[in-house]
Amino acid sequence: MSILDKHAILEKNSSLLFLGSLLVVTIGGIVEIAPLFYLENTIEKVEGMRPYSPLELAGRNIYIREGCYVCHSQMIRPFKDEVERYGHYSLAAESMYDHPFQWGSKRTGPDLARVGGRYSNEWHAQHLTDPRSVVPESVMPTYAFLKNTPLKFENVAGHLATNRIVGVPYTDDEIANAEKDLMAQADPNADTADLVKRYPKAKVGDFDGDPTKVTEMDALIAYLQMLGTLVDFSTYDDASGYR
Amino acid sequence: MATASVATSGVNVSAVSEQYNYDVIRKFTIMTLVWGAIGMFVGVYIASELAYPFLNFDIPYITFGRLRPVHTGAVIFGFGGSALFATSYYVVQRTCQARLFSDGMASFTFWGWQAIIVCAALGNVLGYSQGREYAEMEWPIDLMIEVVWVTYLIIFVGTLMKRKQPHIYVANWFYLAFILATALLHTFNNLAVPISLFSMKSYSLFSGAQDAMTQWWYGHNAVGFFLTAAFLGMMYYFVPKQAGRPVYSYRLSVLHFWAIIFLYMWAGAHHLHWTAIPDWTSTLAATFSIMLLLPSWGGMINGLMTLSGAWDKIRTDPIIRMMVIAIAFYGMSTFEGPMMSIKAVNSLSHYTEWTIGHVHSGALGWVGMITFGAIYYLTPKLWNRDRLYSLRLVNWHFWLATLGIVLYAAVMWVAGIQQGLMWREYDAQGFLVYSFAESVAAMFPYYVLRAVGGGMYLLGSLIMAYNILMTILGYERQEAPIPGSVAPAALQPAE
Repeated sequence: MSILDKHAILEKNSSLLFLGSLLVVTIGGIVEIAPLFYLENTIEKVEGMRPYSPLELAGRNIYIREGCYVCHSQMIRPFKDEVERYGHYSLAAESMYDHPFQWGSKRTGPDLARVGGRYSNEWHAQHLTDPRSVVPESVMPTYAFLKNTPLKFENVAGHLATNRIVGVPYTDDEIANAEKDLMAQADPNADTADLVKRYPKAKVGDFDGDPTKVTEMDALIAYLQMLGTLVDFSTYDDASGYR
Repeated sequence: MATASVATSGVNVSAVSEQYNYDVIRKFTIMTLVWGAIGMFVGVYIASELAYPFLNFDIPYITFGRLRPVHTGAVIFGFGGSALFATSYYVVQRTCQARLFSDGMASFTFWGWQAIIVCAALGNVLGYSQGREYAEMEWPIDLMIEVVWVTYLIIFVGTLMKRKQPHIYVANWFYLAFILATALLHTFNNLAVPISLFSMKSYSLFSGAQDAMTQWWYGHNAVGFFLTAAFLGMMYYFVPKQAGRPVYSYRLSVLHFWAIIFLYMWAGAHHLHWTAIPDWTSTLAATFSIMLLLPSWGGMINGLMTLSGAWDKIRTDPIIRMMVIAIAFYGMSTFEGPMMSIKAVNSLSHYTEWTIGHVHSGALGWVGMITFGAIYYLTPKLWNRDRLYSLRLVNWHFWLATLGIVLYAAVMWVAGIQQGLMWREYDAQGFLVYSFAESVAAMFPYYVLRAVGGGMYLLGSLIMAYNILMTILGYERQEAPIPGSVAPAALQPAE
């Protein structure tokens, strides 16, 4: 009862009520979230992670623009059925260069964390153009317009440079060659030796079935084809990764 | 007869307007109904897209992926936000017996907030998105929100400071905590670096696991503060007013206020169970989520028990009925939430339609219904009418909305549990039984029924908009009273 009597002090002073509420609502975030930024084991040690190539990054931005994350997760949970259905469970390290993260919260469609390399480019182009022609049960909207929309790539270097500001380790070399790399990755006739050196395991060539121009569909498929393919799991240690 | 009632009370209304700023409240009340209708219509439309994908019509602007944030933005920030501005401005003035801190600033929050909702919706349709749920708005809109929100905070605290009552009424504690917490959440979750000052595109400051934690700290507390604490403030004023009874327990309100605003902020990571965040974070979040049941039910008990001594009004007053069903749904969703935050349950429910059902039983049942009740109470006061245009239409609204929610939630439970079980079903040989596509096909009847449930709720809201419009215009419908509302008065046995 006595504590409740003291509550009258807060009820009669709006500044104290303001400060009291502010203090109480900040504690949770400070204790629970802040440590994740400095605890070293938040991100597992893995081999193979690299920043997105410029074309993959452009594709990722289309993925975000179209709101793919509202129906597709990119986060495989450590359950037998999920690992069997989608592949090795997702690691925090695999999204360490993701600004923003795209783990999703709903699976109206299947998880896409390891969709890279599972289907051919032709399948993806057909599926995006008319989903029900390859998966009759699908309820996905058609994205035929992506194939008719040329990819806008003014200021590709700016996208990479902004990513570097927020912590993605793009090199000066990568930023300087951003536009060239973007063109080369979608061009079946380009010399891609430098590109693959900068972005190991990058898939190159024509993605959407039309080699004459770089479209939004080229970029999106390039992104989908690399999802979940980077980390070398033969060198990953499950036990030390657990935290 | 309608015009007569307006004429006689004309003097009265101007006297009240001088003491209190009702103008901004009237505007926000109308926009609550407008955004409700738009947001719920988009909701029914995208629900129908899932059942019948041809409704996407090969038009990029109306695909499910782009319209979904239009739906969530219009109902949470348009409908819910406008309702909170309207009711908080009303409650803080009436309980402090003071006019709003500044009329100009209040008017700025109205026009600013409406501009934000319109820009956010247009931005979503055109494909400008941060890719963060409920925070899709790109950085220029985020800055607009920041300015309007700080203005709102100044008005609210400023009005509290010039109050003529020694005590700050309990509803205002909740509104204050909501405004404060929303400012914090919005600021930290939207930290991002734009490509250039002339580009809408930005990259979030955080990445991967840390970004996920920040986003769901925001996402969960958007529910906890925007859709819960604030609406509890609404409950603490409008339920006692409509019931004509005092709040049940002062002690309970003190305890559950501090507990709820403290505990909510820890619970966000239950949206990330079994993902690549450290295990300790999600265990901690689950623990706090389960503890949250207590203060949540503290609020429910305080709201429901306020009716003690006035329970007969459930039979006779459709507005009270709406408020009671709102509190009942609040109690139910705040039981379901902690249950879903248990890791074992979450392993089944996460990623499924169950989550959608849970959100909507809270949003339609609690947030929607308490808002409708408050607006039905508020409208005759704001426009100085003797009564609503029609109480019978309120009754129609009540039943359409209630049955709509029950259909929606029940269907989504069944859908979600079936979906979760299909994904993990093994046969005797140890093979997965169902392909993912089969689980999509199994959802069809549920998607159709869900759209029907949502459609009923939308229809109820349209009836409300008509009822409120006629009330504002000064009409009173000649109708038989609600059964039961007259007879007891006539009988009047010995007390």
